Amino acid sequence: MSHSDDSPMDNVIPEHEVPDRSRDLERHRPLFDRRIVRSAIVDAFKKLHPRRMVKNPVMFVVEIGSAFTTLLFFHAVVTGRGDAHPAFIFAVTVSLWFTVLFANFAEAMAEGRGKAQADTLRKARQDVIARRLRRGLAHNISLGPSLLDPECRDAELEEVVSSSLREDDIVYVAAGELIPADGEVLEGIASVDESAITGESAPVIRESGGDRSAVTGGTRVLSDWLIVRVTTNPGETFLDRMIAMVEGAKRKKTPNEIALDILLAALTSVFLLATVTLFPFSKFAATASGHGTAVPLTILVALLVCLIPTTIGGLLSAIGIAGMDRMIRANVVATSGRAVEAAGDVDVLLLDKTGTITLGNRQATAFLPARGVRESELADAAQLSSLADETPEGRSIVVLAKNRHGLRGRDMESLGAVFVPFTAQTRMSGVDLPGRKVRKGATDAIVRFVTESGGTFPVEVKATVEDVAKQGATPLVVADGRRVLGVVQLKDIVKGGIMERFAEMRRIGIKTVMITGDNPLTAAAIAAEAGVDDFLAEATPEAKLSMIRDYQQKGHLVAMTGDGTNDAPALAQADVAVAMNSGTQAAKEAGNMVDLDSNPTKLLSIVEIGKQMLMTRGALTTFSIANDIAKYFAIIPAAFVATYPELGALNIMGLHSPTTAVLSAVIFNAFIIIGLIPLALRGIRYRPAPAPALLRRNILVYGLGGVLLPFPCIKVIDLALTTLGVS
Amino acid sequence: MTANAVVQFLVFLVLLIGLALPLGAYMARVYNGEARMAQRLLSPIEHLFYRIACIRSDEEMPWTKYAANVVVFNVLGAFVVYLLQRTQAALPLNPAHLPNVPPEVSFNTAVSFATNTNWQTYSGETTMSYFTQMLGLGVQNFVSAATGMAVLIAFVRGLVRRRAESLGSFWVDLTRSTLYILLPLSFALAILLVSQGVVQTFSGSATAERLSPTMSNGHGVIEQVLALGPAASQIAIKQLGTNGGGFFNANSAHPFENPTPISNLLQLISILLIPTALCFTFGSMVRDRREGRAILSAMLVVFIPLLVATTVFEQRGNPILRGAGVDDVASAISSGGNMEGKEVRFGITSSALWAVATTAASNGSVNAMHDSFTPLGGLVPMWLIQLGEIIFGGVGSGLYGMLIYAIIAVFIAGLMVGRTPEYLGKKIEAYEIKMASLVILLPAAAVLIGTAVACLVPAGSAPIGNPGSHGFSEILYAFSSGANNNGSAFGGLTASGTFYATAIGLCMWIGRYWVIVPVLAIAGSLARKKVVPVGAGTFPTHTPLFVGLLVGTIALVGALTFIPALALGPIVEHLQLLAR
Repeated sequence: MSHSDDSPMDNVIPEHEVPDRSRDLERHRPLFDRRIVRSAIVDAFKKLHPRRMVKNPVMFVVEIGSAFTTLLFFHAVVTGRGDAHPAFIFAVTVSLWFTVLFANFAEAMAEGRGKAQADTLRKARQDVIARRLRRGLAHNISLGPSLLDPECRDAELEEVVSSSLREDDIVYVAAGELIPADGEVLEGIASVDESAITGESAPVIRESGGDRSAVTGGTRVLSDWLIVRVTTNPGETFLDRMIAMVEGAKRKKTPNEIALDILLAALTSVFLLATVTLFPFSKFAATASGHGTAVPLTILVALLVCLIPTTIGGLLSAIGIAGMDRMIRANVVATSGRAVEAAGDVDVLLLDKTGTITLGNRQATAFLPARGVRESELADAAQLSSLADETPEGRSIVVLAKNRHGLRGRDMESLGAVFVPFTAQTRMSGVDLPGRKVRKGATDAIVRFVTESGGTFPVEVKATVEDVAKQGATPLVVADGRRVLGVVQLKDIVKGGIMERFAEMRRIGIKTVMITGDNPLTAAAIAAEAGVDDFLAEATPEAKLSMIRDYQQKGHLVAMTGDGTNDAPALAQADVAVAMNSGTQAAKEAGNMVDLDSNPTKLLSIVEIGKQMLMTRGALTTFSIANDIAKYFAIIPAAFVATYPELGALNIMGLHSPTTAVLSAVIFNAFIIIGLIPLALRGIRYRPAPAPALLRRNILVYGLGGVLLPFPCIKVIDLALTTLGVS
Repeated sequence: MTANAVVQFLVFLVLLIGLALPLGAYMARVYNGEARMAQRLLSPIEHLFYRIACIRSDEEMPWTKYAANVVVFNVLGAFVVYLLQRTQAALPLNPAHLPNVPPEVSFNTAVSFATNTNWQTYSGETTMSYFTQMLGLGVQNFVSAATGMAVLIAFVRGLVRRRAESLGSFWVDLTRSTLYILLPLSFALAILLVSQGVVQTFSGSATAERLSPTMSNGHGVIEQVLALGPAASQIAIKQLGTNGGGFFNANSAHPFENPTPISNLLQLISILLIPTALCFTFGSMVRDRREGRAILSAMLVVFIPLLVATTVFEQRGNPILRGAGVDDVASAISSGGNMEGKEVRFGITSSALWAVATTAASNGSVNAMHDSFTPLGGLVPMWLIQLGEIIFGGVGSGLYGMLIYAIIAVFIAGLMVGRTPEYLGKKIEAYEIKMASLVILLPAAAVLIGTAVACLVPAGSAPIGNPGSHGFSEILYAFSSGANNNGSAFGGLTASGTFYATAIGLCMWIGRYWVIVPVLAIAGSLARKKVVPVGAGTFPTHTPLFVGLLVGTIALVGALTFIPALALGPIVEHLQLLAR
């Protein structure tokens, strides 16, 4: 690939390589930051309030159980002949309370990580003094001249606090000042430091009109000035929304989370039934067999808590929050958890060719001289005509000439050269030297130029032109006066690694569609080179929109990225719509995610994060339920040993005593939550693979692993308890 | 396991699947209205019924209307059965002059037959007149089975249809199930059974002189009254419709109900025939036969090991008896093992196969007494019932229960592959999970709560035949059988008292209609959805992996729900037996 270091690319907005796994994109923060841990511990206790616990039915049942055994404990202490030995009840009660606390801690940890991010953002949201165009004037003044004139300007501006700005206010921001609110640039061009939001230190250009007109409150103008129309009211700014998002203030359960919650509640009810009915069952058994008593209530509660899916119940909200958090660390702000979840479901990606699949602009990749012309001669003329040409294409010709033929830049003035810029009428550009007219441009323009100069257009050059076009490249013909020197081939450069990435997508069942304004011939060539599944050539906003609708009609979920205002309808229609932060306000509002890095390739990572979140949920649910088998083997023999000593045969782990058996099971049940917090926060390992392969692996690890793991763990805890003298 | 048993099982399975394949295809054509031959023959009768009942055969019902019709039809049906029993003394075809049936038994029986359970708190030959048996019980044997099939077909339509509001017409599905499927099959089977010696007559009982007189209550008994009746026709539908209610009290252990090994095999096959065939019907209706085969495979993966387990435990016999010097080793002239409660003419293999088949399907007819099985041999039938009658299960009801489990399995699997789960292209969302949870939760709740109450109240524990763990198994089995609409009895429990008649009556009601309504609700919701196209990210539901996952889900849910209860019943009984 030829995007070398001195690639003459737009040097303000950095071009992006294809990002690696989302994991690498995330800015690393230690999982257990001491400050976050400390506040999470406090929060874990605060969350014990029943009003907050009731939102999580599984853990609420545990809390009620804990409260119940606490009562049993006091009852046993006071009466001296309670449900079981007070020390045993006490130990079980403590373990149960820890189960609740650990689950709360997991959630608080996830929220804490979000809060840390929010605090950073909040710093950017400080109140600043804004210079606002007096309100009465805003509507009838002819904006341009008066504000552009420094002398008039001061008279028309008033200083206000940024929090008092309303939609449609107009503010003036000079170099060194913070932009007081989200808005749209009406006048001016400036470089803006957006690192407070994006974390990207390189400044970006913001200017009126076009797709780079949106500015975000809290970012700083570095040079020049801007006149900005405020587009949001206080409390609704992008920064506010972002803070609300990461803090989880507005966190609503996602549809899939709700469904899983229902399933978990149902399982909890099943286990509630299975354990509660054990009391009459055991009473009947005790009466019938003539020895023993009904099973102690403490053991029933312990059994219940061990059986209900506390592992997933305790970690479910942490997984959701962590999913959002991973998005944010990938520098993507989702407007809802629903959007993150939908990202996992997406099976069609609409990708803009430019910037996503190919590097931003076409680049010169070859000089194809006409017959009788040396390649270096063509390169020389092409370079000459491009020296003053500031378009990316022009600069890439200069670079190619330097790389291939060692041609250095020349001083235009000393040559007496006059630059002839590109116009829509002539459709060519070039230089006029004394006695020479060098031009480069579209074929028909050069044909006209050469003919007018009295020359003829060689047939074999025409053939070259057609060849180049057929390969999906753009031919640029170079002529010196009446002489046609040859063709410069401008080519879209497909990003390195993108083809592999698309192949990966195909393997996990996601179809990639390239969207381009190019003609079908060029589009087909690039599509083939990049390895996309389909393409939409000569795309108009309407065509994009109808394509999305088409796919949705067929049942697909469509994701796309966009930045321009004309992308807004399509963004609004797509299921997952990622707007570029550099894009217009309209685009940002139509999308349900904003990529702060403005890197369209990030869509691929977004899909992965969405999938990873669902997979983590599924894996932990399976694990949680699979754990129950071992717990039955620990508790059932212990619970009924007085009535049916024969059930001791089920004590296959050889646990020391009924007391240690029950305690080992509840302790394991509590600590497995703590043990799995890192997994919940980081998400399980994601590898792109077809569904059956993924499932096979996860069933093996979390299903079979979930069945087996508790056996040795409970045994080890039992041994530890025995060593400590518990009997 | 003996070679004889292996051969018997293989012959049975091959015959079963061989017959189910064409039947499944035929049923799919019937429900799609494409069975031309049969239609030419039967469609005049079908449309005559519609005309009499003022039914439009092309009516399309939303799920709510479909469900309402199912419930209303069944309630009315149960009411008719109740009335017939209460007034049978005044009605014809009562040669034995049997009195009216008491109210709680009438209620229990009415619910039992309407819900396709056929739990019998009475003995047929001494309680029900021929009129009641034929017009009450016989009719319900047909229509309760047809109801299950209709609900299944509505559910399958929910999976197949896209953005549709309706699930078809209950009346048409009901009529077609009865007229095109159940009636012809029953007719054929009844003839075959008669050929084997199953009785079919309207005359009263016959009297036979005993070879050796015995004493009973101080009187010498020299002759025996042999109950007769129109049994063959009843038995055909009792097996085909997974009803299971015997004409005689001893059910298919009675020589007039099941006289020969051939009649035994015929009945065994007919117990599982329609549930098996419906798997193929399902595959055919969703236009992917692999889906149907996958579901059937999952059923077999559960069925075969449990069959082997029961057979092995029964053949192993009772360690205490062996300790006492009893020769219970199987040989060419002896079936060996635990022969208590089994018919000598069937032996262990056929009894074990029957016990597993009749509890896998929600049939409930028996040819041996489950109460007398070894503890673990008896655990298997009980657990098969507790799984929710989905391994084959009732006609229709078994498959829709299985598909509900498929939805749960797919939900968890879907999460594990990182996608909102879908089954046959339909997204599984909160509503489906909510309803599916009810389907699994309610029968389990009825079993456990019913058993718990019976343990607590004297009316529950008094009628137990055996004390201790075995007595507990008897109660647990009774409620499992009722709430899951199986209908077989462990025996040993006198269930005709007010408590059991009422409690189990309620359980049967809950286990049937509180499942049918959510099932239809899911069908309605699925029908409205669009279909997600299949891609590499889609988790395929016709592979061995899915079969494994489905079986795992069923086994795990079934085990986790009932292990504690089973531990106090058959498991501890088994351990006690070993310990002695």
